[in-house]
Order: sequence, then C-alpha cells, then structure tokens
Amino acid sequence: MTKSELIDAVSEKTSVTKSRAELVVNCIFDSMTDALRNGEGIEIRGFGSFTVRQYRPYSGRNPRTGSSVHVSSKRLPFFKVGKELKEMVNAAGDKES
Amino acid sequence: MTKADIIERVYERVGGFSKKEASEIVEAVFEVMKKSLTETRKIKISGFGNFLVRCKNERMGRNPQTGQPIVIAPRHVLSFKPSQVLKNALNARQQS
Repeated sequence: MTKSELIDAVSEKTSVTKSRAELVVNCIFDSMTDALRNGEGIEIRGFGSFTVRQYRPYSGRNPRTGSSVHVSSKRLPFFKVGKELKEMVNAAGDKES
Repeated sequence: MTKADIIERVYERVGGFSKKEASEIVEAVFEVMKKSLTETRKIKISGFGNFLVRCKNERMGRNPQTGQPIVIAPRHVLSFKPSQVLKNALNARQQS
C-alpha cells in the first residue's frame, strides 16, 4: 500500500474527499517527522511508538572493498510495534500458512 | 507526541473539520494501516518510511532464566524502515 492508496482507502472509509484525505495524511506524517526531528518520541496507542536513537561514531567497513570508513554519530528513528498490532500481525500470518 | 496531539495538529492545520471529525479521520488512517499490515501487506509512505511484515522461521532459543533450550515458533513481525528523507531530517540539525 502506497501513500496514495492509503489516502484512497481513508477517503472511502470516512466519506471525506480524496483531496481532504490527502491533506490529513500529509499532516499526520509531517507532524510525526517534526516530532522526531525535535528528538521527541511518538506514541500511537494500538499501533506502536517511535523513538529517536542516538548512535556514536564508529569505524565501519565498506562491505565491497573491505576498506575502513568512518561513520559519524547519527540519530535514527526507531519503531517499536504496539502489543495489540504485534499480535494481530502474527495472527494474520497463522491464517495465511 | 500522542495521537491526541496529532489530532490537534490536523484540526489546526487542515481546517474545516470539527475536533470530532479530525479525530475520526486520524483514527481511520491508523485503522487502514493496521488492516493492511494484518493482511501482511506492506505500507510505503514516501518521505517517511516503509512498514513491512517479515516472516521469521522457526529457530532454537533458550530460556534465559533456566538456560533450557526451547523452540521459537515461526512468526510474523512488523518492522519499520525509515526513508532516507526522514533520516536526513533527523540529522540536519546536528550538522548545522
């Protein structure tokens, strides 16, 4: 499912026009990006939570050439799936197999 | 940031919705995403990241308390892969 398919599905489910649904979907992900950029975590009940993890600089290797490369300190978003969704996703797999 | 904060932002920024409507539509967005994932269908949000369901094979594990070997059943797990755009957004401030 792409963002535009998500917009279409939300529009159908709520009987809001596609262009309005698009504004909402964009607003949601923009808000979430802003929060993470400020180092703020996000908690969506029933879905999961996002936190920002700080990584220290380390020396890595170019996997192709084997030469050593310096990796600077960085921040990465980390998603932890919520209990409810975790169970739902796993149960879906059982039905499939 | 919680879902309530997101609803507030949608209410303020998008405009034209009552708080109740803003709440319903934000809920709908997460419901649609959850439904897709429970059907093991991945979600690609350009500029944010991808949510995908990974199949894990059965493997041997250990009860860390007793050291007893146990079989970990095959399962499906959800993972999030942030987009390069999001990763850059998180690191832009530090560099400046």
